[in-house]
Amino acid sequence: MKQNKLSYKISQFLMFGGPATILFFAVVILPFFYGLYLTFTSWDGVSAKKPFVGLDNYKAAIADTAYWQSLGRTFVYSVISVVLVNIVAFLLAYMVTSGIKGQNFFRAGFFIPNLIGGIVLGYVWKFVFNRAFVAIAEAATQSEHASLLSTPNGAMFCLILVSVWQYAGYMMLIYVAGFMSVDQSLKEAAMIDGCNKGKAMWHVVIPLMRASFVQCIFLSTTRCFMVYDLNLSLTKGEPFNQSVLAAMHVYNQAFVYKNYGTGQAEALVLFIVCAVIGMLQVYFGKKGEVAA
Amino acid sequence: MEGQVSTRTKVLHALMIVVLTIVLLLFIAPFILVVINVFKTKADINTEPLALIGKHGFTLDNFPRAMEKMNFFTVFGNSVVITVSATILTILFSAMCAYVIVRNPSWRFGGAVFALMVASMVIPFQVLMVPLVSVYGGLLNVLNSRITLILMHTGFSVSLAVFMFHGAIKTNIPNELEEAASIDGCSKWRTFWTIVFPLLKPTVATVAIIDAMAFWNDYLLPSLVLGRRELYTIPIATQIFYGTYSNDIGLIMAALLLAMLPILILYLFLQRYIVEGVTSGAVKG
Repeated sequence: MKQNKLSYKISQFLMFGGPATILFFAVVILPFFYGLYLTFTSWDGVSAKKPFVGLDNYKAAIADTAYWQSLGRTFVYSVISVVLVNIVAFLLAYMVTSGIKGQNFFRAGFFIPNLIGGIVLGYVWKFVFNRAFVAIAEAATQSEHASLLSTPNGAMFCLILVSVWQYAGYMMLIYVAGFMSVDQSLKEAAMIDGCNKGKAMWHVVIPLMRASFVQCIFLSTTRCFMVYDLNLSLTKGEPFNQSVLAAMHVYNQAFVYKNYGTGQAEALVLFIVCAVIGMLQVYFGKKGEVAA
Repeated sequence: MEGQVSTRTKVLHALMIVVLTIVLLLFIAPFILVVINVFKTKADINTEPLALIGKHGFTLDNFPRAMEKMNFFTVFGNSVVITVSATILTILFSAMCAYVIVRNPSWRFGGAVFALMVASMVIPFQVLMVPLVSVYGGLLNVLNSRITLILMHTGFSVSLAVFMFHGAIKTNIPNELEEAASIDGCSKWRTFWTIVFPLLKPTVATVAIIDAMAFWNDYLLPSLVLGRRELYTIPIATQIFYGTYSNDIGLIMAALLLAMLPILILYLFLQRYIVEGVTSGAVKG
């Protein structure tokens, strides 16, 4: 049988899967391992020489306090954003699935911020914070006001606000799908058994929507942890580098300060964080399947 | 009793509509602010950013100046070419790849490639950007080309797309159809394109929407690949433009509106499909 020959299998696989597999290996797998190699060199970004330096980059990464500060900042930013995004998204989803008029209109409307990339959104909001908010504050108090973006805490607040604004509409769509997948008769049965609306929601609907919660929480966590575009356009890390998040620090370390090896070593820490988040998601997702 | 409940529900619904309307207005307020300021002069924007019309009246001046300085038509064209080509390649290559993997579960390398693709989805781009620049810029010197960017976009997006096509083929396409075609003497290649691929339309739509939006809005990868002005995409051009003209706020408003307009217009027409596509993509991915 010609179909059992290895050469047949390989040629069939390459015919169908070749282009995708080759491109995938070329931009993901190969760079990933080449990146591991780069962490042991002190490449300057220009020359062909990549001197071997052992663990120096890892030592530099560990000693880089600005990096660990940016990671801590990213952690705080992500936790606050994820909590707020999910609360807002859940409430919006509840309201746009309750049977009111114009549900689809509202769903489509809340999603609009997700259509536009972080760079453009960041500049739009920069204008809002620097001009509109200042004008409103000055009109309300009749005194001079500085922009929120000019203080470290204000800048972090702005990043959180814009992230919540952007992601809430997206997560809302996932929660809407969750609400719609819950069998209404279960909720009705609970209410006949004497649950009020709140109790039915808490004990019946929300547990059945477990998969949506797992999905939204992990999706928003990864998005927030890796944010770069918005950080670049809205705050650029200012004031005084006090709003530099982890992804921006890695970028700057590599491409601005030209410490490619150290930047790559620091990026690997981000990879580990992402891998842990991914494994937790699989774990919680699986656990949910059994419970349901 | 019955009447009471429905009045209560009616009041509740009215209340929710009011709340949702207020929240929606707050949601789109930033865009409205851009729209009202784009028709003002620079001086009016600085003194009264919230006024509907400035003291110096209505002006259309900001648009032609921003278009010219941003090189809008070239930049827009680049974005369209890159987004469309990368989306088409992703769909074709991923559907083909998923097909061969699903239909030959005993082939070890197919399973291995699929497992690697799924696992790779947790790799953040930050881990790959330095080696990418090092290999494709330093060693091979193929950066500054739209084709390189298109192929890279495709390479990054095939893993999720293969995963989605894999699920769709496995659950929705019965093997019997292909067996019948095979008995009739149809080659695997023809069977795939004439029988399987047309049945994958819903997944094609989902992948197209998710990837096209991602490619259109991506900044980091294109900014690393495209270093020449005539190759810029909209996000890169916006970023450079802001850096150069940040004092001329009227120009900035026009540039931001131009950057947002194409996708907002598209959303007006394809809104239903986009909302559906994003939802099913997010739930499956």
